Amino acid sequence: MSSAPSRLEAAFLKGHPALVAYLMGGYPDRAGSLAALVAVACAGADVIELGVPYADPLADGPVIQHAAEAARACEGSFGLAETLDLAGEAAALPGMPPLVVMTYLNPMMRMGLAKVGQKAAEAGVAGFIVPDMPPDNPMAVQWKREAVARGIDTVFLAAPTSTPERLAVVGEASTGFVYVVSSLGVTGERTQLPAELTDLVARVRASSPLPVAVGFGVSTPAQAATVSAIADGVIVGSALVRRQDDPSALGEFVGQLVSAVHTGGR
Amino acid sequence: MSDALLPSADDAYSSPDAQGFYGPYGGTFVPETVMPALAELSEAYESAMQDAAFRERLSYLLAEYVGRPSPLYKAERLAEAVGLGAVYLTREDLNHTGAHKINNSLGQCMLAQRMGKRRVIAETGAGQHGVATATAAALLGLECAVFMGVEDIRRQSLNVYKMKLLGAEVVPVDEGGGTLADATTAALRHWVERVEDTFYVIGSTVGPHPYPAIVRGFQCVIGEETLVQLEVKNIDHVDAVIACVGGGSNAIGMFYPFLRHLPAGSRPLLIGAEAAGLGVETDKHGAALTKGTPGVMHGFYSYLLQDDAGNPLEAYSISAGLDYPGVGPEHGSLKDSGLVRYEAVTDADALEAFVLLTRTEGIIPAIESSHALALLPRLAAELGPDAVLVLNVSGRGDKDMDIVREAGVE
Repeated sequence: MSSAPSRLEAAFLKGHPALVAYLMGGYPDRAGSLAALVAVACAGADVIELGVPYADPLADGPVIQHAAEAARACEGSFGLAETLDLAGEAAALPGMPPLVVMTYLNPMMRMGLAKVGQKAAEAGVAGFIVPDMPPDNPMAVQWKREAVARGIDTVFLAAPTSTPERLAVVGEASTGFVYVVSSLGVTGERTQLPAELTDLVARVRASSPLPVAVGFGVSTPAQAATVSAIADGVIVGSALVRRQDDPSALGEFVGQLVSAVHTGGR
Repeated sequence: MSDALLPSADDAYSSPDAQGFYGPYGGTFVPETVMPALAELSEAYESAMQDAAFRERLSYLLAEYVGRPSPLYKAERLAEAVGLGAVYLTREDLNHTGAHKINNSLGQCMLAQRMGKRRVIAETGAGQHGVATATAAALLGLECAVFMGVEDIRRQSLNVYKMKLLGAEVVPVDEGGGTLADATTAALRHWVERVEDTFYVIGSTVGPHPYPAIVRGFQCVIGEETLVQLEVKNIDHVDAVIACVGGGSNAIGMFYPFLRHLPAGSRPLLIGAEAAGLGVETDKHGAALTKGTPGVMHGFYSYLLQDDAGNPLEAYSISAGLDYPGVGPEHGSLKDSGLVRYEAVTDADALEAFVLLTRTEGIIPAIESSHALALLPRLAAELGPDAVLVLNVSGRGDKDMDIVREAGVE
């Protein structure tokens, strides 16, 4: 715990809560997703999560699901390899915040975990989020070996249903930050955030010294401000992907989220 | 006898390791949200299996409600037609609701009740697991929703109507190809959202641990009964045992007791028939074991039909029950170890076998079970005219009338 914070962790330690912006790789096409990355970076997002289009996205709601379908339909099936390549190009641009790849496990298994680690490191990827890879299974252990060796963080998820035992496992295994799933179900915009969120965030904090970021269901600047009062980071996905085919509208919206989050809570 | 029909807790947990792996396959690859529910389910299953009252109640319902034990019927005209010494059919088609699925649905719905869950959900392909779960839910007074792909709703409309009659809600799934894999994804997503008050009744030996073990535990009554009846009938030698494999629940239910109770030397050849659709050399099939490579889908690691980027592919089969790009993890392990052999059967061969059993024995099998029947002529050529075979007729064909008629069988 005494070692210096990673690039990803440091993005949450700038003296204000961080905005984590999720975008879908390859949507509406490769050039469009690169333009979206630039727009979001210019608007001041502190971390960018880059989703890998996948055919069976178990944890994602309709907006992200349909963006993934569209991305897979064009550009000769955009997948993990193409997303890492896109991340590499984006990471080389000035002012780009740390990039975190969000992918389901099977594309990683298919490519081979060692090769994923190698390509991600070459691309300058700061971390991975793998929603169908709980921290205590053999593939997670294998992946973490690859990731740690290359200075790549692995962010695990804590859920409203998590028991103290599960939170301990998640807190122990995570590096960079801990991703708190605000509510049951899949990703997507919700009109209300659950009342128990404050308690959940407090329980996660008790289980890990890492920054805590909240996602799933956060879609407006007002909600983002509310969440930033209790967490170190706010993750917004579907509300951005919905605007991803229009970089200027996207940038403007992210700008609003950034000011809400940076000044919101404290 | 009632106890002999049921697996003990020791049986059910003897082959997956503590993390739910069968060799390299299996495991738990799900969102963190449902991890506590899976742990709770493991505990509830273990405690139920050790509870004499639970086992007695399940035994009672299997006997008086489902109609077990299933007969082991000697199909003499069938054997003669294919050139085998004897073919014994395990008549799961005679079960209440018409297939083996009820063995598992009843067990899991009883578990749901025991865990205090008032609502169950299920995925279904052919509709047999949906009907069985809707039936068990009606019997136990549970609310029930069944997820079914739109393509399967089209080809199995009779079962859709049955589920609704039984009081279940049928949720159409219009994603992907609108078949079993899509229905399973939709059910899993829904479970993540409603995990606190809802029990997910998985219909095959698939899904995250402990589901494959639980489904095997409730289905191995098939093989246990078969072994008892072979003994009663003084049949001391069987050359091969055959079952069809989609996810693989009737097959594991049949094979597991043979693997467990018989030493390698006296064990019959165990053979699973998976769906070759239009042929395994085309891209229209469901032969995960023959043509797939290991991958993760629906919470477990096993053989999977997938593209180079690791996306699961759409499967195809004339049989909605075998139309699935993955296969249960224990089958992956049994394939690798050589303990079970798996062969692929085309739509055309299955249809031919469907007609053969219908005409020689007056038994109309499910199109799924017909895939197993289609192996008989091949095995006659391989094992000779004196060979004795046991074949699991996993379900009856009433639901398949439209499909068979559409395929031009007269």
